[in-house]
Amino acid sequence: MQQSNAYILIYTVILTIVCGVLLSMTAIGLKEPQQKNIELEKKSNILSVAMKVSEGDDVEKIYKERVKSYVVDVQGKVVEGQKAENIVVVTEYKKPVEQRLLPVYEILNPEGTDLEAYVFPVYGFGLWDNIWGYVALKKDLNTINGVNFDHKAETPGLGARITTEEVRNRFIGKQIFDASASITGVKMMKGEGNDYSTQPNQVDGMSGATITGTGVSKMLLEYMNCYQSFIKSKKSQSATALLITE
Amino acid sequence: MSEVSTAVPSVKPAEPLLSKKNRKLISNPLDADNPITVQVLGICSALAVTVQMKPAIVMSLAVMFVTAFSNLFISLIRNTIPSRIRIIVQLSIVALWVIIVDQLLKAYVYDVSKQLSVFVGLIITNCIIMGRLEAFAMGNKPWPSFLDGIGNGLGYGVILVSVAFFRELMGSGSLFGFKVFETAGIPFIGNGLMMLPAGACIILGLLIWAQRARNGYREAH
Repeated sequence: MQQSNAYILIYTVILTIVCGVLLSMTAIGLKEPQQKNIELEKKSNILSVAMKVSEGDDVEKIYKERVKSYVVDVQGKVVEGQKAENIVVVTEYKKPVEQRLLPVYEILNPEGTDLEAYVFPVYGFGLWDNIWGYVALKKDLNTINGVNFDHKAETPGLGARITTEEVRNRFIGKQIFDASASITGVKMMKGEGNDYSTQPNQVDGMSGATITGTGVSKMLLEYMNCYQSFIKSKKSQSATALLITE
Repeated sequence: MSEVSTAVPSVKPAEPLLSKKNRKLISNPLDADNPITVQVLGICSALAVTVQMKPAIVMSLAVMFVTAFSNLFISLIRNTIPSRIRIIVQLSIVALWVIIVDQLLKAYVYDVSKQLSVFVGLIITNCIIMGRLEAFAMGNKPWPSFLDGIGNGLGYGVILVSVAFFRELMGSGSLFGFKVFETAGIPFIGNGLMMLPAGACIILGLLIWAQRARNGYREAH
């Protein structure tokens, strides 16, 4: 009987249904903590570029107290009715530049009175697949306060090094504007072990991962250009504010 | 765990739960029948997830969980499985448990699950699991099968963790992320080879050598 086709068919159907039910139950039951983890990771990524976040810090609480977020368009105007946290950067990345919605995260000081840094998400393409991250600019909207990169499939030990602290730290203190006050981003150079401490727009490269490095440079330039209008309007605002107070 | 309690009544009352025979099911795979070093199964993931201790331990636990429960389930339904589709049935049960483990990791140890990435999903193709299902669970009662699963999972885990121990120590000079050499004040430059899968190959080879030398293992001709 066990060898008959009918038995096998019925057996397969029952097995499929049982497995299917069990799997969907697990997926639904665990959806909430999983979603929470993803959100928490995003928040800690945003915070980590602007300040030191150590393990055990209550990211949720710090984020609530110190982050003010909104969405702007390419003209630098605030888009009403959009929540920065709900913007999926990869979806925006695929749109033409003019239509992109661009989240901005303002990091306030611990007292919540003054602005410390701006955090912008960035998205681009490395050697094999997408790369992304966050860039924090200091109050002057020029100096990089910190960066955070992640990737889908860069080569471990080579391109994947963009996620390491050692490579990320190279960007700290670099500037996105060049001497003639136009946006150039920060260029990751070819070769490794060279000193670029006097070059505000260049960082040391990663040996064996030049293409990933170029991807990072392109990603930074593209997104700083997207945010250009926003950055310039904020800068002129703070300049006039400075004039008034003086 | 309800699964365990349903499995218990099927053991003959004359045989204690952890009889000598049953204890052997756990201890044998740790040494003489080790799935990695003796049977040389499941090498691929052993090379991939052993750069650091923490993911290695989580991976071992995941594999142990999957082997134990797949063994248990297959053993419970072993008399109803039509032999013509038994491999598919085994595969779907394994896949079921692997996905459950993956979901659990994503929900409760998100950072480790990110590190392990595809390798959790690839447990499905781990030869140890299918091997145990075919060789043991299809012909044995649920409780011994469950123990056999635990034993083989442990055997896999022991090797994984020892490879990870050497790789993390020599590769990045740390254990569980704790910088051992730095704290001890010994200048140390990490060995890059240990960070690559080739490093695992070498360590694994040395482990197999040491174990075979100790047990007097001879290749059967």
